[in-house]
Amino acid sequence: MIVYLLQRLLSVAVVVYGAVTLIFLILFWLPGDPAELVAGPDADPATVATIRDRLGADKPLVEQYLGYVVRLAHADLGVSFTTGEPVFDRLAEQAPATFELTLAAGSLALASGIGLGVVSAVNAGRWGDYAIRSSLLLFASMPPFWLGVLLILLFSVTLRWLPAVGNGAAAQLVMPAFCLGLIAACPLARLVRANVLETLHEPFVVALRGKGLGERAVLYRHVLRNALAPAVTVFGVLTGEMLSGAVVVETVFARQGLGRLLAEAVGGKDIPMALGATLLAAVVFCIGNLLTDVVHRIIDPRIES
Amino acid sequence: MNRTVGTREARGSIAIVKDETSSSTRERRNPPWSVAVALPALVIAVIALCALAPDWLSPYDPTDFDTDAILRPPSLAHWMGTDHFGRDVLSLVIHGARRSVLMGALAALLGAAVGGAIGLVCGYFGGALDLVAMRFVDLWLSTPPILLAILIATALGPGFWSIILAVGGVGAPRYARLMRAQSLAVARRPFVEAARAIGVGDGAILLRHVLPHAFSALLVMATFGVADSILTGAALGFIGLDVVDDRPDWGFLTHQGRGYITIAWWFAAFPGFAVTALVMSVNLLGDALRDRLDPRLETRAPR
Repeated sequence: MIVYLLQRLLSVAVVVYGAVTLIFLILFWLPGDPAELVAGPDADPATVATIRDRLGADKPLVEQYLGYVVRLAHADLGVSFTTGEPVFDRLAEQAPATFELTLAAGSLALASGIGLGVVSAVNAGRWGDYAIRSSLLLFASMPPFWLGVLLILLFSVTLRWLPAVGNGAAAQLVMPAFCLGLIAACPLARLVRANVLETLHEPFVVALRGKGLGERAVLYRHVLRNALAPAVTVFGVLTGEMLSGAVVVETVFARQGLGRLLAEAVGGKDIPMALGATLLAAVVFCIGNLLTDVVHRIIDPRIES
Repeated sequence: MNRTVGTREARGSIAIVKDETSSSTRERRNPPWSVAVALPALVIAVIALCALAPDWLSPYDPTDFDTDAILRPPSLAHWMGTDHFGRDVLSLVIHGARRSVLMGALAALLGAAVGGAIGLVCGYFGGALDLVAMRFVDLWLSTPPILLAILIATALGPGFWSIILAVGGVGAPRYARLMRAQSLAVARRPFVEAARAIGVGDGAILLRHVLPHAFSALLVMATFGVADSILTGAALGFIGLDVVDDRPDWGFLTHQGRGYITIAWWFAAFPGFAVTALVMSVNLLGDALRDRLDPRLETRAPR
């Protein structure tokens, strides 16, 4: 297990390094002059040249890349184009709010995704299954920002039960967490449903029923165990979805956090800030995938590296 | 079905030979086209019509500022109400269709074409090229897609084409993975070898023999890809990556409406509804298409 963990950590390090390089190359090769973006459309050529020099944007690829990697290794993500603050400090400041949101949304997604998937599979072909699958399709087709708008309209504007914006209080977390959690819950529920249905047709289930085990025990003690293991693996992918979704959800509900920071950076064409936030998300995403694999291995001992 | 019949007979201790012909009834039949296909097809047709001929359908000019009718609720004159400039929201939604639909369709097309081509070539030729390209694809997938799209669109500068490039670009690796697997499987089939034996070139084999065999999988994935691209494009529009235009896309419209949510629910509600209706219809059609082309395909990536 320890050897496996070390191997995995090493591969995560490689992937993170690769992602960092890829993002750098994308930004380097894209048309568009960062200096002109910073200077704004009305700046005269001299100003643009000064800024370009300050950014080092006219240096050759290798030199820029090495500088970028060395700075990253020192956790130096540069300073914001718009406010001049160090990017790293801003990210550290905003991270807890997003962590809180994704934790709440993730727990919600896990509980509702598995619950709905199992109920749907057990009632396969009946109206309960049909209702669950239809609503899953509906929610999966809804842009998260629109779901947020509808939630605000219903619970804040009409019913006045929950505050529409801000963070801090638990009441302010309910709607954003629901909105974000649903993004992950829909595919999870679909996968759980498919897995449970598939497992229910395995020969060992016939054997269990044949020896007289009750349907409840068959389902909870045997089928679920087998069906949930593959479902855990998608949760890593869904972490990425939720990190992306946080951008939109935090914007709709005017919450502080990394997503909002990224959205604002986009508005102000603040590339170092956008880059920093994306890099952080990529790292978290890789770690999420690592944790997923480890958990999967623990709950399903059949998997060998 | 067969199994239950068999056990019942066995319980009656009558030995019967299992009827071999009955298994043919379990053969797959094409599911009939139904309401689940007709309704989404109708929705898509209406939205396509809006995208093609908005002037013909919209009751007002979406650029008309009516200062006497600012933020009016839905009425007979304005079915979806008016916005903060007194523009008719229904007309804005109709005119926004072109931008939103094109964004999703072109981004999916770009992703499918670029990713599909990479996968096709890698699966067919294999070797070092395949190894290197696929590691690159893995890396491409190791960053959350929407965030990468946001970063790319920011660096390109806001705009319609930036969004298409960004959304299409982050979608490409999924098509590459799919088409590589398809191409790999087809390339090993005897008819490919036969074609090579009679002197058909690699390019012709790829285009005329491998691609047609892998095409239905690509088509199904691209259909869901259109739905995903519309959602992602709308999200990018919502956070302000589309340029401000007098015929904004639905994402940007919702963003504008969000600012007036406490006093004018219709302004944010209807453009978002249009996105949902379109995406849901595309998803339903995609399901039907998948069932028809190949029920064993499960190309929908988790999103």
